[in-house]
Amino acid sequence: MSDDDRVDVLIIGSGASGAAVAWSLAETKMRILCLEQGDWMKSTDFPTNGRDWEARRYTDFDIFPNKRGRDTDYPVNDDNSPMKVANFNGVGGGTVIYTAHWPRMHPSDFKVKSLDGVADDWPIDYWTLERFYDENDRMMGVSGLPGDPGVPPHKPPMPPIPLGKTGMQYAKAMNKLGWHWWPSDTTIATMPYEGRAQCINLGHCTPGCAQGAKASTDITYWPLAIRAGVELRTRCRVREVTTDEHGMAAGAIYYDADGKEHFQPAEVVIVACNGVGTPRLLLNSASGKFPNGLANSSGLVGRNLMLHPWPMISGYVEETLDGGRAPITNLWSKQFYETDASRGFVRGYTLQFNRGMGPANQAITSAAAGQLPWGRDHHRVYREMFEHRVGIGVACDDLPEESNRVTLDPVLKDSNGIPAPRIDYAISDNTRRMMEHGIARAEEILTAAGATRLYCSRTALNAPGHLLGTARMGTDPERSVVNEWGRCHDVKNLFIVDGSVFVTGGGVNPTSTIQSVALYIADQMKQRLANLFD
Amino acid sequence: MGNDSLSEAEIDALREIAGTMVPADAALGVPGADDTAILADIVKSMGRDLPLVRKAIAEITAKSFASLDRDKREALINDMHGSRAAPIVALGRVVLGAYYRDDRVLLALKHEARAPFPRGYILEQGDWSLLDAVRHRPPLWRDDRKELAT
Repeated sequence: MSDDDRVDVLIIGSGASGAAVAWSLAETKMRILCLEQGDWMKSTDFPTNGRDWEARRYTDFDIFPNKRGRDTDYPVNDDNSPMKVANFNGVGGGTVIYTAHWPRMHPSDFKVKSLDGVADDWPIDYWTLERFYDENDRMMGVSGLPGDPGVPPHKPPMPPIPLGKTGMQYAKAMNKLGWHWWPSDTTIATMPYEGRAQCINLGHCTPGCAQGAKASTDITYWPLAIRAGVELRTRCRVREVTTDEHGMAAGAIYYDADGKEHFQPAEVVIVACNGVGTPRLLLNSASGKFPNGLANSSGLVGRNLMLHPWPMISGYVEETLDGGRAPITNLWSKQFYETDASRGFVRGYTLQFNRGMGPANQAITSAAAGQLPWGRDHHRVYREMFEHRVGIGVACDDLPEESNRVTLDPVLKDSNGIPAPRIDYAISDNTRRMMEHGIARAEEILTAAGATRLYCSRTALNAPGHLLGTARMGTDPERSVVNEWGRCHDVKNLFIVDGSVFVTGGGVNPTSTIQSVALYIADQMKQRLANLFD
Repeated sequence: MGNDSLSEAEIDALREIAGTMVPADAALGVPGADDTAILADIVKSMGRDLPLVRKAIAEITAKSFASLDRDKREALINDMHGSRAAPIVALGRVVLGAYYRDDRVLLALKHEARAPFPRGYILEQGDWSLLDAVRHRPPLWRDDRKELAT
């Protein structure tokens, strides 16, 4: 295909949502092209192939682009935020470097206005998405245990990751307290699955899986989409989506690996650049007809950024546990997920129970926390910590605030000279109360587990910074950016399918929902092909 | 002083500092971070942390580190690290990242001295009967269809 060839569908971004929508639309036999600014990943490049595997999560596999600094990354000014932006720029996007924790949002997350009188309801509900959650679970390959009373019924296609010593330590504590716990759903294959090898416990798999057991869309959706005819072009960084004289999207201008500028015309443009990259692109696509940014007549592009504050509470027990010899994902608790007015805040959180750390990360993390001394006492204290660590994350629902937003930085630019995003974000009072409640409960659990040396990091080292809400979905064009099936109110051949469209964020890792929403939007597009622009 | 590597004088200072941060322990059978091989790994693996590490070395040596006795050296390092300033944190991260992948250190911890891939590790199933206390509880999640219908 030459650069001048018009395509039916241009997808910008090959991550969680871009891959899912590409695969789903492939059956239409339309000409579909995806532009990705990063590269294909090779399993031989992932850190667990080498002895420096732990140190590399602080360099070329850091979850924060500002620290990672690959030439495929773009900078983010997040100085005015207590939480930092996590992403990955490559085929598979953030799924390459996520923890593979796979909770779904709850039905109540979609109806927070009706149920709890806060924020806004989504224009769709859990039950609309349910079959797409199931389809996505099959495509990504999910391990888990049916029967969890904490979440709506569903059947993961593979058995759960073993409890291990660490899981049993938590389980006994939770049973002592009488609180809910369950093995987490995860996209780590616990048995051979659709060409993927099963997990062999390479340690924390956040910085990529050399075994290929962790599902990332470069090894799940993309091979199938490409086989079905979708073209994926890497090292293509999109500068702007252009529009024609009718105000319709005409295509995109992008730079190739050599910095050469190209224009790619398209009948339909789908933006899948995540909750920071998407508003950045729309704001960078301002024109005479769209002076405030593309699809931004509501003024909400970039607003309502939700990052999921995520306190981490850790401690150390006398028993020797799993350490870092297994995936970090272990158990979850939904005991405090749903609203209980007596707690002093609305909505709630998931407690996420983690395994320990490898030798270097144990040292680096506990030194950063001020718990590991330097000098002659170093070795004694380290030996009390290594493979004795327990840690709980508090995944807080982060209700939307218009003041939390993505704008364009007036100075900072990427290597192609494209204005970089700036983040302004503050944690709300409701979320702060939720965080403190979760921290106190986590401390109770760790104490019940026999842990001492408790330590809390309110905005934890390597906290995820999920990117949601900046081009929200809704039926009212004055209060939302896209309609109830992902089409921009202002530009009828422009769609957004990533976490930007979230109206609320829930108290869970969002990737499962991001992909389910993308599959739902693709399904809506397929049903409306005859009158897609009406 | 080169821009892309430490000078000999900086490496000499780093040797003293690293040996104070993580000293050898004969009883445990572990080298210090000033061990020749470990120090070489530290120097080699600085990468983008080099400017911060260089700054940390300069800040430490500026406090007459070389003339201090061992107790005061340790106190100085611990005090500086307590400030959480970026240079000393970066120095600590680089030292620990190299130290805790040295074969002798790992073997003393009874940890295999190898990359995780391709052999991986064993994770025991654990006692799933612990879940019996939870299995038959009523649903915790709110069903919006029921709540909003009433």
